[in-house]
Amino acid sequence: MTQPEQHIDFTSTEKKIWGLLETVPDPEIPVLSILDLGIVRAVKVREDEVEVIITPTYSGCPAMDAISMDIRFKLIEHGYKKIKITSILSPAWTTDWMSAEGKRKLAVYGIAPPMFRSDEGLGRNIECPQCHSHNTKLLSQFGSTACKALYQCNDCKEPFDYFKCH
Amino acid sequence: MQDLKSLNDQNDFKSLERSKVSSLEGFRDAYILHLADTTLILAQRNSECCAHGPILEQDIAITNISLDLLGQSRNFYQYAATLINQSTNQPVTEDNLAYLRTEREFKNLLITELPNGDWAQTVLRQYFFSVYQHLLYEQLEKSNDEQLSGIAAKALKEINYHIRWSSEWVIRLGDGTDESNKRMKNAIQAIWEYTGEFFMPADYEKICFEKGSGPDVRLLKEKWLQRINETLQEATLTTPGNIFMQSGGKQGIHTEHLGFILAEMQSLQRTYPGAEW
Repeated sequence: MTQPEQHIDFTSTEKKIWGLLETVPDPEIPVLSILDLGIVRAVKVREDEVEVIITPTYSGCPAMDAISMDIRFKLIEHGYKKIKITSILSPAWTTDWMSAEGKRKLAVYGIAPPMFRSDEGLGRNIECPQCHSHNTKLLSQFGSTACKALYQCNDCKEPFDYFKCH
Repeated sequence: MQDLKSLNDQNDFKSLERSKVSSLEGFRDAYILHLADTTLILAQRNSECCAHGPILEQDIAITNISLDLLGQSRNFYQYAATLINQSTNQPVTEDNLAYLRTEREFKNLLITELPNGDWAQTVLRQYFFSVYQHLLYEQLEKSNDEQLSGIAAKALKEINYHIRWSSEWVIRLGDGTDESNKRMKNAIQAIWEYTGEFFMPADYEKICFEKGSGPDVRLLKEKWLQRINETLQEATLTTPGNIFMQSGGKQGIHTEHLGFILAEMQSLQRTYPGAEW
């Protein structure tokens, strides 16, 4: 689990909340928690109110409403009453914020994890999450959800999703 | 004359939401609504391809682009609603703005409301628009309005994919078979006259430019033409010369096509006001 550096100095409540958020899965890729994805930007605790600041992956990501609701339910379940979910747009989300653990879980789940943005365009092929061959080809830049592209492995012939660099 | 005027006033107040929106619209609100309407209407048009794409992968692609555009428009509508709410005690929501305004209140670019035509016209329109949108948002990202800047920065990453996808199609069809080449030529002929509006600023755009919140769209033209020209050349197609350019969408003067889109898009909210999923 990675957390933004500015939160090294947690209060104990903040720590607890980060722990709870780790158990909130992404609704479309349930092997990832919302922390793995890097969409939780900050947690603020003021007296009796908890504010969770999130950022959308894509402008039109339909999962954002579900994620806000899931966070709220999780916190209510653990006794928090005044909860505020704030969505911010900048700085814009990037796949570089995805945790190493998140990328590992994605690959095991069958989705090729995103490269770092700085590595894109270096001519490296995407690795097939099934047989680990790099002999793969792009089928479509758009896949089953806004964040994925569709690839196929030339060796094992399996089609697979690639989590696009963003 | 007096009677006619009071009759008109009465008509205006028949729809509360309408009067709420139009009377309070400042220049900044109008500009944000122009950005919102443009992306919403193109999203709505592209979504007509859902389950009608030429093959499954391309059906998914155009629908994904539609979803990106819809997300961008929601960001703009939500921001416009926040600003309008700050200046009134009759609150509006993003849904009021999208579903309860009329043709004359919509400020989308004319090119976005044109029918999809065949696949050549659908992808060519997307390509023309995406290149323009990229140039526009690169400047909008420098806006002194932090929210507009944030929305633009977020959208730019998505637009990169739209340009790549649509330019590949323009080249594939232009430099394809006789039939696909002919279709692409027809598509250029059909929609070229709607590209001039990109670069004709409305009053609200001029004022937003003066205030530093939006770019001067006139300055985008040269780069746009250059990029389009490069792609069309690669597609063995010719960029048309100077012709008369249509305009009016930014001011709410639309083609007959917009009314039909709104009738379909808004029918649910107008029949069952406040309906939710």
